[in-house]
Amino acid sequence: MMWFFLVSDALTFGGLLISYGFTRHDCIVAWPIGEETFNSLPFLGHGYPLLYVALMTFILIISSVTMVLAVEAGHRMDRKGVTKWMIATIIGGFFFVGSQAWEWYHFIHGSEFGKIELADGSVAIVKGHFGEIKNFTVTEAGHEHKKGDIVKEDLMHTFQHAAAAGDITNGIITLHDGSKASITKEKDHDLTLIVKKSGSVNKASKEKRVIKGAKAEKLYYDALYSGEANRVIYGANLKQNEYGPQQYAQFFFFITGFHGFHVFSGVVINIIICLGVVAGTYHKRGHYEMVEKTGLYWHFVDLVWVFVFTFFYLL
Amino acid sequence: MKRDDLIEYSLDAHHDEEKGKEIRKKIYKVTILLTIVTIIEVVLGAAIKQDAAIWPIIKWTFLILTILKAGYIVMVFMHLGDERKWLRYVILVPYFIFILYLIFIALWEATAIKSVLVYFS
Repeated sequence: MMWFFLVSDALTFGGLLISYGFTRHDCIVAWPIGEETFNSLPFLGHGYPLLYVALMTFILIISSVTMVLAVEAGHRMDRKGVTKWMIATIIGGFFFVGSQAWEWYHFIHGSEFGKIELADGSVAIVKGHFGEIKNFTVTEAGHEHKKGDIVKEDLMHTFQHAAAAGDITNGIITLHDGSKASITKEKDHDLTLIVKKSGSVNKASKEKRVIKGAKAEKLYYDALYSGEANRVIYGANLKQNEYGPQQYAQFFFFITGFHGFHVFSGVVINIIICLGVVAGTYHKRGHYEMVEKTGLYWHFVDLVWVFVFTFFYLL
Repeated sequence: MKRDDLIEYSLDAHHDEEKGKEIRKKIYKVTILLTIVTIIEVVLGAAIKQDAAIWPIIKWTFLILTILKAGYIVMVFMHLGDERKWLRYVILVPYFIFILYLIFIALWEATAIKSVLVYFS
């Protein structure tokens, strides 16, 4: 019966991935590219394309291996072996779910630069190293801050919020209490614009889509400090995202979320079965068929990830 | 009463230490293979940009490697390769017929829709 459940579940995932392919195929604007979207590592920042997701894949494959070793130990009626390998599998599962939580957090939170609509109407994503914001020096008093105050807290968040709302004009930021402040910020490094949607000047064509150096910096900050709202988008939610078309984030959330839910329920089932193994239920029964069945489900989760990995991150 | 409607297939799946060693060896072999394939995929994905001339070949390489990985997981880890022949076909044949048809029809329709969108944009 497990096999028939897995076939139907595989059809669900197949349907989801094919509808993703359908949407991607009929989309007339540039679709996000995996190595440009996912290039961060915990504690190390940006510039590591695909490494994190490769690590996740590796964790899941290894936990699949420990599961198959548990099944093999079950065939030898080796209770200790089954327990050991199942605990290893559960730990691997938790690691994977945790990694996915981090991945989602990062995806929702977005990059420091965001996606920007340039002066000519073209839309570009931005790569490079964001210079740290040191402080805001208040130049015009509001309800809270007096002139000459130096704001040092929650800088990045305030900055991004103001930039998206169009509250930064020519390097002067309007804070939430109505005061105006100048921004002290370190210089960015290697700022690169990758044009995703053509405007009247900047084209998204293959040869011209990358803009580098001082020109990129000027284009970016002219747009960011234009004082117009919704010029920049940071991160992703269900309405908009900085990576590409709306449907992209929706598919990302749904498919990886659905898979993550499978992993989570797999971990829960593994824990229950593992308790049964420890209690000796299956040993008394004379066979470890239950371990084999959960094993099938666990491998299936790994199998789905292999496809999600290819279609979301590689292609 | 002893139930005779349950097929306890695991009863004939017991094996001794000798056979276990052999099976474990196979498992480790497949592990190494899957790891290597994943590393190759990541290196290719990070090194070659999608606008490179060689990209179509890389794309197909990814697809083939994915199928290869999936095949090893299903046949070795999930033991489908060791199941009875009819079970293998009952699972694989309908699935592939359906999925291949769905892929074909989805991509075909998407192409048609795209041509309409491009026409009106």
